[in-house]
Amino acid sequence: MYFDLTDEQQAIRSTAHDFLASRFKSERLREIAASEDGFDESGWKEMAELGWAGLALPEEWGGQGLGIVDLAVLFEEMGYVCAPSPLLSNTIAGLALAFAGSEEQKERWLRPLAAGELRGAPALFDAGAPAEPNKFALAAEGDGDGVVLNGEKTLVMDAASADFFLVATADGHRHVVEKAAEGVTVTSEQSIDLTRRVSSVRLDGVRVAPENTLPGSTQDYWPVFQRACVAIAAESTGVAQRALDMSVAYAKDRQQFGRPIGAYQAVSHRCAQMLLETENSRSAVYGAAWAADSEPESLPLAASTAKAYSSDAGWRVPDAAIQVHGGIGFTWEHDLHFFLKRGRANAASFGDAKWHRERVADAVLAGDSVPAAS
Amino acid sequence: MLRAMDLTLSPSEEEFRDEVRTWLQENHPGPEPEAGLDEIMVFRREWQLKLHEAGWAGISWPKEYGGRGATMIEQAIFAAEATRQEAPAPANVLGLAMGGPVVIAHGTDEQKARYLEPILTGEEIWCQGFSEPESGSDLASLKTRAVKDGDEWVVTGQKVWTTFAQYAKWCMLVARTDPDAPKHQGLTYFLMDMEQEGVQTRPLVQITGEGEFNEVFFEEARVPDENVVGGVGNGWAVAITTLMNERAGLAFGAISQIQNSLGRLGKLVRETPANGGTAADDSYFRQRIAQLHIEVETMRLNAYRGLTKTMQSGIPGPEGSLGKWQWADINQDLTELALEIEGAYSLLARGSEHAVAGGAWQYGFLRSRANSIEGGTTDILKNIIAERVLGLPRLR
Repeated sequence: MYFDLTDEQQAIRSTAHDFLASRFKSERLREIAASEDGFDESGWKEMAELGWAGLALPEEWGGQGLGIVDLAVLFEEMGYVCAPSPLLSNTIAGLALAFAGSEEQKERWLRPLAAGELRGAPALFDAGAPAEPNKFALAAEGDGDGVVLNGEKTLVMDAASADFFLVATADGHRHVVEKAAEGVTVTSEQSIDLTRRVSSVRLDGVRVAPENTLPGSTQDYWPVFQRACVAIAAESTGVAQRALDMSVAYAKDRQQFGRPIGAYQAVSHRCAQMLLETENSRSAVYGAAWAADSEPESLPLAASTAKAYSSDAGWRVPDAAIQVHGGIGFTWEHDLHFFLKRGRANAASFGDAKWHRERVADAVLAGDSVPAAS
Repeated sequence: MLRAMDLTLSPSEEEFRDEVRTWLQENHPGPEPEAGLDEIMVFRREWQLKLHEAGWAGISWPKEYGGRGATMIEQAIFAAEATRQEAPAPANVLGLAMGGPVVIAHGTDEQKARYLEPILTGEEIWCQGFSEPESGSDLASLKTRAVKDGDEWVVTGQKVWTTFAQYAKWCMLVARTDPDAPKHQGLTYFLMDMEQEGVQTRPLVQITGEGEFNEVFFEEARVPDENVVGGVGNGWAVAITTLMNERAGLAFGAISQIQNSLGRLGKLVRETPANGGTAADDSYFRQRIAQLHIEVETMRLNAYRGLTKTMQSGIPGPEGSLGKWQWADINQDLTELALEIEGAYSLLARGSEHAVAGGAWQYGFLRSRANSIEGGTTDILKNIIAERVLGLPRLR
């Protein structure tokens, strides 16, 4: 039993922390948030040079071949600065190709994706339909030679900077659709999270050649979904940690009634609660990340545990941070709102807390089993 | 550090777990008798002797003092396994968890020779004389006086919440020996013989109707010089060691206990009829139960992280306070939920013909009210976390 990072993982953490702190200072974050597509091209290039685009993708296809624990370390740091980057969507698209793609597809799409030369994004949810994980409405209409897609996907992360989409259809398949393909129209939506854009992708008679349909089916995407849950839960943990750090610094500094406000228990106990939630979230994330790498049979429950917990902590901790800050925390000028919004957006993505709690209830109420001994 | 993250037991840890598991299965004395505390204590003394003979009583104690010298992970495994199998508590729980470790850390050779063996066998029961009616969380303000008289000390004052004082031979007593010194410096740690005229105990009846706790009155009770532990005026530092030991030892047993309770809660919700099915089909109950499982899992993983950190640094950090706080919250929430699942039947307690599960959850609900008070109130734990983990300023 050993529950800590290795030296190499610590090194990833400190490299990521330092790079991201210098790259996404408040002014730069605001510039990107105010820009038209919300995409930071030069930042992406630097991340690609650091090997992040393929961090947890197979070495065989140009990735670094590291584990989900390493990925969680990186995404925790991404959350800590509320990084405006398509790295999450790109990583999920990469994992989908790695788990469900053919050799030819991996050569054609995964290799450049892992190198950061092409960016992929999953296009999952159907406009107007309930956004449930791995349940899709879009029909894949066969026409003898491949399929034709007619419909609209929405809540597509980072569509503006993506080169291709992995479009999910009702038959359980995913299809590579290039953004530049005929019949594809991308329209920006107004997300509450300005540092992670979402769009709708209209598909009007889009033809998918047979070689662009991934051979994998629904069950191949559950492991991808669970790893995505761990990554986004790690990001929410970083968001919570940053909101906590900002609050503690402020509570030590801000004076009212002749004392730093952190001396008052109404404030200090709120900060203690924020610490509890942040640490719980972190433990759940690394427990699930470890399961992904070393005990995959326990990943489904561990991933739902982590995502359910971090969904709540990821926005409640920044929310508490606003209360600690008082009026200044409610202003646009203060950075806290970026963290609240990212946490809230993450809470709703990849299954919300309620959805994941239902998975946990399913697992624990299934039979007469007594919980396993540790 | 070349070690990679690993949340499983190593082969040697597994071997240890299997040894513990098998021994407990073969030697488990069955459930405690449904009788008064006197009979229960007889039962627990027998159980402790059995534990001691097999070398499990002083599991954390060094071998040279009759213990097993187990590693922290082994202690965690033992606590988790013993609780999972619902083994009874040993009779001398405070002597084993606090008294012995204090004598080992701060005692003289004579004290070690005199006190340790009877703690292990359960022959002498220990109790803890810290809290007073006017000194609860603010322990260092305590007023019980010890005045020097030749080679003895004369003790006058009152202690409260003294668990098992009625069975105790020795009391870990913190008393004020220098009324003029600053409050943390005028205290001394004594081992007080409870079997003397100047000591009176009176049971305190709890909201459960039981009497685990007592008030203890000292009226010119006598303690010889050789029963001072850690030197005159050093009582605060010695007392703090015992409190640290109390927290470090509890975590894994506590997690196992909650896992047992969650298992029972699952059974309750699946067996409670509701809306033509069972309460286990009810979305509200499913959500609440799932959340409890999620929180217990975070508590378990936090404890593993804490254990790894403690094994690296050698000392338990103030983060241990998080676990105690969370344990209290979860235990209370869990028993509250059980009563909600029982609905109107939840008002029927032990002894009622129609009480659900023999009234166990009504008892659990009431008993768990103390969880956020005993062993450090949640409010004080939040102060400790705010000041010592987050570095926020003190109000005082």
